[in-house]
Amino acid sequence: MAHAEVLIEAQNLTKKFDGLLAVDSINFRVFKSECCGFLGPNGAGKTTTIKMIHCVLPLTAGELTVAGLAVTEKPREIKKMIGVAPQENNLDPDFTVMHNLLVYARYFDIPKAYAQKRAEELLKFFQLEEKRDVIIEQLSTGMKRRLILARALINEPQILLLDEPTTGLDPQARHLIWDTIRSLRKQGVTIILTTHYMDEAAELCDRILIMDYGKIIEEGKPADLVRKHVGEEVLEIDFDEKVMKMLQEKFSDARLEVVGDRIRVFTDQPHGVFASFLEGSHVKGAAIRNANLEDVFLKLTGRRLRE
Amino acid sequence: MKLPELTYRVWKVWRRDFDVFMKTYKVNFFPPLLEPIFYLVALGIGLGSIVQAIPGFSSYIQFIAPALLAISMMNNSFFECTYGSFVRMYYQKTFDAIIATPISIEEVIAGELVWGATRSLISTSIVLVVIGAFGLIGSPFFVLIPFVAFLAGLTFSSIAMCFTAIAPNIDFFNYPAFLFITPMFLLSGTFFPIKDLPSFVQIMAYAFLPLTHAVNLSRGLMVGNLESFLLLSVVWLAVVTPVFFVLSINLMKRKLIK
Repeated sequence: MAHAEVLIEAQNLTKKFDGLLAVDSINFRVFKSECCGFLGPNGAGKTTTIKMIHCVLPLTAGELTVAGLAVTEKPREIKKMIGVAPQENNLDPDFTVMHNLLVYARYFDIPKAYAQKRAEELLKFFQLEEKRDVIIEQLSTGMKRRLILARALINEPQILLLDEPTTGLDPQARHLIWDTIRSLRKQGVTIILTTHYMDEAAELCDRILIMDYGKIIEEGKPADLVRKHVGEEVLEIDFDEKVMKMLQEKFSDARLEVVGDRIRVFTDQPHGVFASFLEGSHVKGAAIRNANLEDVFLKLTGRRLRE
Repeated sequence: MKLPELTYRVWKVWRRDFDVFMKTYKVNFFPPLLEPIFYLVALGIGLGSIVQAIPGFSSYIQFIAPALLAISMMNNSFFECTYGSFVRMYYQKTFDAIIATPISIEEVIAGELVWGATRSLISTSIVLVVIGAFGLIGSPFFVLIPFVAFLAGLTFSSIAMCFTAIAPNIDFFNYPAFLFITPMFLLSGTFFPIKDLPSFVQIMAYAFLPLTHAVNLSRGLMVGNLESFLLLSVVWLAVVTPVFFVLSINLMKRKLIK
């Protein structure tokens, strides 16, 4: 494999909050220069895991190393090489856009002249130059997210932790952030990403870990996971007792799922099997689509709401 | 309870708060400039005209002027590290942002405490100028008052931060404001000599109220009356402050790092 060097390694990593097991003895590795996605329903333990990686939450048990350093022993050294874009906006509302970057650079001991240069570059890159002297309150959600990402890059991190970086953004802003993530990956930055958008994960991540109830329940490349768990295609048909019966006979080995008034048929049979079925029958409201990561996610974590 | 490990990074947190303060310096410089004028005119000149002379002071206004310095030390640091710190911690998530950098949570809290003490120093120095303009400085020892302001400011900041660490929400601060700050404001030898209180209350004031010692020191330095009693106040502050400094950092760490 091209990226065999392990950068982050967790062994039996566990986190308890007042009796609640948020992260339940997980093992994982993140390799240098890959983009690794953590997926999972709310409360699965993704953010908790990320916070342990950047040394702001102590571990309850297990081991966690970043670049060979234990998070429990070398938090400062580790934090120096990490950039974090948290889920919640924690930009400093008392400062302007530019001042936010400069004050943050100061926390990293970056010399002032260099920080200024770096901040200018980042503002340009994230198309925030015109907003440099604007107070945070007056920025749109998308601009705030971009600034948070710019701030996460001020210390030229080797590792970037992105906790739901595109939540609440319009497609334009989302694509700008996707482009940024891709170009950083190309530069060799290791990226850990959490997201609830499966298309985003499929688009950006080399590898995915799916978490649920504090455990890692599956991991692999997005395309491999789709093939393994849902096959190539999905057939969707309007619900009807007769059609249902027909499907059960025709695809006896398939998984049939009824959601709302639609039937979904998942099968590991090869491409084209649904098309030939539809040709021979006269069912209404049928559609064949490619299987995707969302199908995998819902299959593995269920449809029940978590919160 | 653990002694915090602090590095030069404490100053980076301090500097962040200082930068914010300087951005709005006009608003920040007004209260310490105007408030003492109101007190000096209303209480010093107004009330003072019907108050009998206090032994050792030429006028009532001269008696209360040092108390205004001590009250400024208390208010500025206490409210900075209760409401101010709570807003930064809870609403603005400023602490979360800072601890994602090489700065530790201990250093964040220590920076806040030192900043609280600095606010006391700045405001008290402004009050001192106003009092000087009223011609109420009676001794060259007044130059030591900013040092007292910093030390007492650190005391009040540290106590305030303990309340912040246990506050479930921002309204909680009404309790220490009414049960701690208001009685202290009135009973610490501020507007009448502490000797006039029942001896039990006197003992309580010396034992438990930091403002008593801030008033004591300010008054002694302002009129140049350097009795040995001042040393007691210095010792009291010097002993109590580190205890609350360390305690507040531990409590905040427990609150923020689960």
